[in-house]
Order: sequence, then structure tokens, then C-alpha cells
Amino acid sequence: MASGVIYNIQRYSTHDGPGIRTTVFMKGCPLACWWCHNPEGRDIKPDHSIAASRCIGCGECEEACPEGAALLTPDGPIVDLDHCIHCGACAEVCPTEARSLIGREISVDELMLEVGKDRIFYEESGGGVTFSGGEPLMQLEFLLAALEACRESCYHTVVDTSGSASMDTLERVAAEADLLLFDLKHMDDAVHRRYVGASNVQILENLSQLAKMGQDVWVRLPLIPGVNDDEQNIDATATFLASLEKQYPLHLLPYHRVGSDKYRRLGKPYPMAGLEPPSEEQTAVIAEHMRSYGIEVRIGG
Amino acid sequence: MNERVKRLRELSLATRPSISSERAELLTDFYVENDGKYSVPVMRALAYKHLCENKRIYIGDDELIVGERGPRPLITPTFPELTCHSLEDLDILDSREKTSYGVEVGTKEAYEAKVIPYWRGRSTRDRVFELLPQEWLDAYEAGLFTEFMEQRAPGHTVADGKIYRKGLSDFKAEIAAHIAALDFGADADAFRKREQLKAMDIAADAAIIFADRHAELARQMAGETDDPQRKSELLRIAANCERVPAQAPRDFWEALQAYWFYHLGVITELNGWDSFSPGHLDHHLGPFFEQELSAGSLDREGAKELLECFWVKFNNHPAPPKVGVTAAESGTYTDFANINIGGVTVDGADAVNEVSYLLLEVVDEMHILQPSNNIQLSHKNPDRFVEAAARVIRQGYGFPSVFNSDTVVEELLRQGKSLEDAREGGTSGCVEAGAFGKEAYILTGYFNLVKILEITLNQGRDPRTGKQLGPDTGDPTEFDSFDDLFEAWVAQVNHFVDIKHRGNQIFEQIYATTMPAPFLSIITDDCIKNGKDYNAGGARYNTSYFQGVGIGTLTDSLAAIKQQVFEKKALGMEELLLALKENFDEREPLRQTLINKSPKYGNDDDTADDIMVACFETFFEAVEGRPNTRGGEYHIDMLPTTCHIYFGSVTGATPDGRHSSMPLSEGISPVQGADRNGPTAVMRSVGKMDHVKTGGTLLNMKFTPQLLESDDDLRKLGHLIRGHFKMGSHHVQFNVTTAEHLREAQENPEQYRHLIVRVAGYSDYFCDLSRELQDEIISRTAHETI
Repeated sequence: MASGVIYNIQRYSTHDGPGIRTTVFMKGCPLACWWCHNPEGRDIKPDHSIAASRCIGCGECEEACPEGAALLTPDGPIVDLDHCIHCGACAEVCPTEARSLIGREISVDELMLEVGKDRIFYEESGGGVTFSGGEPLMQLEFLLAALEACRESCYHTVVDTSGSASMDTLERVAAEADLLLFDLKHMDDAVHRRYVGASNVQILENLSQLAKMGQDVWVRLPLIPGVNDDEQNIDATATFLASLEKQYPLHLLPYHRVGSDKYRRLGKPYPMAGLEPPSEEQTAVIAEHMRSYGIEVRIGG
Repeated sequence: MNERVKRLRELSLATRPSISSERAELLTDFYVENDGKYSVPVMRALAYKHLCENKRIYIGDDELIVGERGPRPLITPTFPELTCHSLEDLDILDSREKTSYGVEVGTKEAYEAKVIPYWRGRSTRDRVFELLPQEWLDAYEAGLFTEFMEQRAPGHTVADGKIYRKGLSDFKAEIAAHIAALDFGADADAFRKREQLKAMDIAADAAIIFADRHAELARQMAGETDDPQRKSELLRIAANCERVPAQAPRDFWEALQAYWFYHLGVITELNGWDSFSPGHLDHHLGPFFEQELSAGSLDREGAKELLECFWVKFNNHPAPPKVGVTAAESGTYTDFANINIGGVTVDGADAVNEVSYLLLEVVDEMHILQPSNNIQLSHKNPDRFVEAAARVIRQGYGFPSVFNSDTVVEELLRQGKSLEDAREGGTSGCVEAGAFGKEAYILTGYFNLVKILEITLNQGRDPRTGKQLGPDTGDPTEFDSFDDLFEAWVAQVNHFVDIKHRGNQIFEQIYATTMPAPFLSIITDDCIKNGKDYNAGGARYNTSYFQGVGIGTLTDSLAAIKQQVFEKKALGMEELLLALKENFDEREPLRQTLINKSPKYGNDDDTADDIMVACFETFFEAVEGRPNTRGGEYHIDMLPTTCHIYFGSVTGATPDGRHSSMPLSEGISPVQGADRNGPTAVMRSVGKMDHVKTGGTLLNMKFTPQLLESDDDLRKLGHLIRGHFKMGSHHVQFNVTTAEHLREAQENPEQYRHLIVRVAGYSDYFCDLSRELQDEIISRTAHETI
């Protein structure tokens, strides 16, 4: 039985594909985007997260930790990541859920029980299940098994991917999924490497290939001020999309910094500290500009 | 909204509600002079007529629909025959912080000199407490239940379509025919019936006189004005008041004026709960609107202006203020008149018409406290209708609330109504289902399901007072299993239902024998046919309700005990009882464990939801089918209005981690902050309750404005509602989170743990964000909501 590692199942997702959806957030990602708002999705291993404001200082975690890695300081709870073995003992005893272990293994059957709960809402709204992450393609066998199980239950499926995988992998997923959400980050390979930690060559090739195959895709562009919102990149992105054999709608996802808090809780530095989100006006101007290329542009998911 | 409506609305909003002794004085004069001369119903009818003949008449400068219960807008009369306010009560009403009422000049003097000396000891409230058994008084005092009729009359009544097809002269003819047909030789009840019918006839005359006096004043004002437009309006008002309610209305304007006179009649003769309601206003007005539209005598804007003038009239009538504990139970100016939009016709077809859309526009433009309004949503209604309603919901006024028309019909059918009567039914008050124009469906009081658990955990004793109120159902520390505890709770529930039921029968008979409602009886089938009053079982259907409160808190408390004490054995019963007794003092980790680590209702988690279902079924079994004294039966509702706050204030700490005195969960909503899986999970949990077995349930949901931003979001809200109703649920209403709520969440994160911030592909709990980010979201929210 296939199983995978996920970190959240979010019901009533309304911005990750058509209709009312349940989004399954899968753990593990080959990229390392500076603006990533789901940093807990990067590592396939469990993450230790601390919501310090919940802590009541009871000290149960210190007692429960077998490695002495869960510590209570005058400034609040901390974790010594060098010694933490991610066993979850501290989270288990924490009465306020100030400490939590992010990531759990789930079988396809268990997953189907969870996502089946909102069947009525999918059927009413033309919604279904979205697999997001992390990068869902990282757990290919689990993803394919889950997609197949969804199809048997007549749930519409969406895979939200960075496109960073072999074309063969992408084709197998595309054959099972009803719709792909495909992220573009930057058209310039050097800039892409710098901010995303990988080349964009395969990603762009993959999207061209999907278009050739006639696969249904919504392209999504996270709009990161100072990184990819300059005229040159916007023009290059629009030109690329307009050149594809199939015309895809483009969703602009304006950068937001609410994700920054997750870094704090994971004890990781936030590379985008201090960055202001784009204004509604700026986003609207970019959307309008891209529309001039004949692209259908929507703002938001 | 045009300038006229703006002015009327502004006046209604700017005027401070106050109380006047006008009605009390007129009534007292009449009683002093006539007491003992007539049968009870005739006496009541004549007293009502005396009011109609003598109260001050008001027609405002801009008004198109006329008639006030008090001497002027926002002035409410008192009903000393039911509850006689003391001078102290009047002072408190004037000075209290929330929902205060000014006291009109001369009122206190009149109360002291005339009203109190006559009614003290004679009012229903003064008399009935003497008649109730000690066990009832003790349980009432402890906050096990409340009693609706201790200071307001039985009400919960709604008009059907007949008042648009008939006038009072038609009803008078029916009454006369029934009197003529009485057989004094064969029918032992003939005398009682004749007195009742005579009373109805007098009440009909009284309402016609009241309308005629308005016609007279309007004509006089028309003669005095120099404004030709206002002159013609006043002459039209005069003509309307001469026509209705004596005769059936012929057009849109007359139809609205006719309803309004019936409304005033019902709320002037007695002070029934939930005022009076027009029911399916769009169904009733649709034909008038279509006919006038094609004749060219009225356009859409004209119809809207009349509807908006009509709307203001409701807001001009704040609830008559209560005294004592009831004032604490429901501190609001709302009198719960409720207008239904949509649903199905008597033939079962989609009933949405152009007036339905007009009404939604009126709700959106007016956004005033009264009247309450709702959509009755059937699977037969079009998506355009749901979207139009969703657009208004997005504004965040809390209106309209949304009802499952198909389930409401099923509920009424289960109770034995005919298919046609069920379809002409709908919901009124907060959420209560009824067969409009044919049913007296009386709510008798809220029932504190959580306090009963507290008493169960204390072997029948109320720990607040030390009084033994229920049977000793055993020492919880000696229970072997969760089932032992649950059975003890079931026994206590039945015990207190017994006590309340016995008390209810006394209240019902007091009203049946001493406080008939002859005017309301005229327009409620089959009171004329039966020669019987609305309050005595004259209606076609006579139902009584218990309203259960606190099922969320109850479920979570039982789930915590089941898991922590009996399954995990992580917590001893003795330790838990001690923690509750000491209000979790110095036991914060334990309290947090109970809050965060136990199953919670509202998350689509069967471990908790199965307990909810068991509690619900217990309450249902305890109440369902008990006889009332009006020939009908008892059923249950699950709604609190604001009683969950009062009930919380008398209930100690609970095993779900709730502190002593804090509010209980409201309606069938999860405990505040306990639902952490979003709206579909709440709806799935709620859908496990068999709503058809109730006469109404209440679910409140809070949405952040970000979830309702785009048109696509609105469509999804529509799908969400349709999905909720597909599971058979009765109701849902949406509030939109405001910046103020978020600020409150910053200060009290525990009660807002469920609040989720969502952006595409991202979601997080608001309370876990840093202060800085929270502030950013707050300022964004403040910017987006109106």
C-alpha cells in the first residue's frame, strides 16, 4: 500500500483550482525559493515548530524530551536542532500545542477517508482534491496512487507543481490529474538559479511540452517585488506564454509576508525579511500589461 | 434609497427608544370601570377596542405606510396585565448601559398613581409564580431553564396569504355565520364559543376603527399642507386606510398597509413573543407587483420605495422591555419580526419572483436592525437567487440568514401538517419552523443542557447553591465506564424536563383562561371555525417547544471525560471534579490539555460528533410527543438567542476547559474557537444531527472578508450553503469578521483559535501570527469591510 508524507489537509480551499477543494500539502521540495510561504513543506523529514505565544511555561516538554533538546528559556521555548531527533515526544505532551511536529505519514486509504469527507461540497461546486506542497511530484508513487483513487471516487483532481521534474514524471502525473497548476518563477536562468536554487531550463521545456500535448494547465506566477516583477521579466514571461501551443490562463499571486512567521516558528532565517508586498495598483498594472499579449490574466488563485 | 427613505431611516436610527404609559393608562381606566361586566374574551376585546379608539394617532411627514403602536416612532407601550413594571424597573431601564429605554414624561407618575395600584397582584406574572410548585421555582432560580411566558404572551406567529385575499369585513361575515350556526342544545361548549366569536367580532371592529382614525388624520393633514405632492400622498394614505383592513387590498401599496394594520393589531392587543411576521412577503406581494407593473401603475423604484417605507416601520417598534432575569437573557431591541424570501409555493414550485430580488436589494440598502430577514432556500430555487443573497451576506450585517426550505417542509410534515400547510410554512423568530397562519407554535423556554451535566457530576446537587435539585444519580468517582456517567445525565435530563413540562402546563392554562388573543385568532385558521382562541388551542396546529442550549459545550465536556478519564485514564475523576470545583485554579496545564488535546465537536471528528448525536437524541426523546394543554404536542428546537450567556453565568467550570461563568456554546455551533478545520468540517459535524426531528436549529459561522472577496468566492459560498443543506441541515447564518473581532482575537486568542488566515496555497491560524502581522491583517480587514 502506497503511503506518503504530508503536513496538512486543508478543507474549503477556494483558491487552488475550481470549486470547493481539499488541498493535500505534501512534504518535500527540490527547490528553495526565497519567498516560499510554506517552508515546512521543503524537507520530507518532520519539522519541529514552536508557537511561542501559546507557551504557558509548564515545562512538560523538557521532561518528555529523551535528548534534552526541548528547552525552556526565559525568552520562551526553544529547540536544539542539533540534538532533536524529531520523535514528537515534546509535542505529544505540550498541552497548548505550542510545540508541534509538522509532517506525518499517511496511507492512500487513510487519505481517501479524509478527502472523502467533503464529497458533497465537491459535487455541489465542481471542486475536488488538490495536491500541493512542497512539490507533490517528489512522492510520485504515492501521488499517482492517490490520483487514481480520487478518479475512482469521481473527485476532480489538481496537482500544484513547480514543474521541476523529468518530463516522464510530469507526463505520468498529467495523465492521471484533471488539471495542473504550474508555477513560473523567472525567465532568466541565472536569476532563477539565484532565487530558486535550480535552473529553469527543464521547467520551461516541460511547460512547452505539456502545451504541445494539450494538457489543461493554469500557470501561476508569484509576483515578488524586485525579483520578478520588472518589465523585462514580465515581457519575457508573457512572450513565452503567448508562444506556447496551447494558451493558458495566468494567475498572478502577489507576494505576501504572512508566511514569514512560519520561519520564526521553525527557527529558520527568512530570506525576504523587509520586503513589502506589491500594491493592488502595481499588480493591476502588470496584469493589464500581460493581457496586452492576449493572455487571460487573473489576480489571486 | 431615495431622500424620503433616507430621512425616515435616519429618524428611526437617531431616535432613542423609550417607553410610554399611554397603553397602560388606557387599559387601567378601562379595567377599573368594566372589570366583572363581561366574559374574559369579550373583556379583552373591548379593552383592545378602547385602545384603538383612544390611543394617539401618528402620521410622520415622509411616511407612506402609517400606524404606530406607541404614540410616536420608537416608543413602546407596556403591558401591565402581563408584567407590571415597578418604579425601580423603570429607573433601571432608563439608566442601564445596554439597550436602555428612555421613560416618557409622566410615565412614572402614572405608574405610581394608577397602573401599579391596580395591576400589582393582578398581572399574569404576579399571579403565576404563586401557582408554581417549589421544584419548578428552585430549578428556574438555578438557571436550569427559562420561561418564555412569565412576562410576554405566547406568540411566534406569522401571517399567511389570506389577509391579502380577504378583509376584516369578510372575516366578520364568517364569524357571524359561525355564531348563527351554534347549537346551544347540542353543543355544551356553545356559550364559550359564542363569547369567543363575539370577542373576535369586536376586535375586528376595533382594528377598522383604528384604520379609520388614520384616514381621518391623513385627510386633515392633506387639507393643511401646501405641498401638492404631499397632499396627494396623504389623500392616497387616507383612501388606503379607508379600504384596508376592512376590505381586501387591491394593489401593492394597499397590500403593505393592510399587513401593517394586522401587525399593529396583533402586537397591541397582547405582547406576544417575536412580535408578528409577514411570512412569505414575496409570495404575497408578487401578484400585486406583476399586475401593477403590466398596468403601468407602479414601477420597480416605486415598489422599492414603498417596501423601504414599510421596512422602517418595523425598526420603529423596539421590543417592549422586560424586567428581572429575562432582561439579562435577551438584551436587544430586536423584537424578532422576520421576513421570508424565496422557498416554494403551496404547489411545491420555485417561489422566487421579482419581489424576492427587490426585497434583497431593500435589505442591502436599509441594513437596519429590524425586521430580521432570511432566505428560504430550496433545491428548486435558482443560483441567481443564492448569489443575490450571498452578495448581501458579504456586506457583513448578518442578514439575510439562510434556511433550508426543503428540510423545513420535511420537519413540518413529520409533525403531522398537511403538505400544503407545510409548504406555506417557513421559519420565524430566530429559526423556528411553523405552518404560517395556521399554527400556534409556542416556545416555552431555554433548557440548560450543560448545567444538567454539572448537576450530574455533583450527584443531583447544584454546586453554586448547595441545593439538591435532581435525584442522586450516583458518585461519578465510582462510575466504571463512560456509559454510567451518560446514563446518569440522561436521568437528570428527564427529571428536569418533567419539572419544566409540569410548569409549562400551568402557564399555558393561565393564558388560555385569562389572556385570550381575539384579534390574532381572527387571522389564525381554524380559530373562527373552532370558536376557540389562539391561546386555548383554537389553531389548526398547536405545538410547544423546549429549546436546548449548549450542545457544543456539553459534547466537548463529555468527550473530554470519555477520553481523558475513561479511555486514556490520564486523569482521575476525582482530580477532574476538584479542578472544576476550583475553576482550574493553578491547573492551567490540565485545562489546556482539555482544550487542545480532546476531541471537539465541529471538526468532523466522529469521536466527538457521535457524543453530540447521543446527547441530541436524549433531549429529543425526553421532550418529543409530550402533550400540551392545547391539544398538541411538544417538540425540540436547538437555539439560544443570547441565553447561552445567561446560562453560562450560572454554570461552573466544565470539563471541556471552559471557565466558570463563561458563555456556553450557542445554538448548534461548536464551542467558540474549537472548530479548527474550516467551514465544511463544521457543516459536516452539524449535519450528523437529525434536523428533521427539530422545529429549528441555529448555526452561526464567521468568515473573514478575504474568503468573500471575489465573485468566484460568492459563488463558492452559494455552493457551501447548498452542500450544507444537501446534508439536511436547517439553517446557517454568516457573520463577516471585522477588524474589531480580530483585535479581540489578539487579546483573547483562546476563543479565536479557529480563525484561519488564507491566501492562495497558504493558510495559518491568525492567533499564531506575530503581533506585527496580525496588525497588518487587521488594518487590511478594516479597509475592506464597510
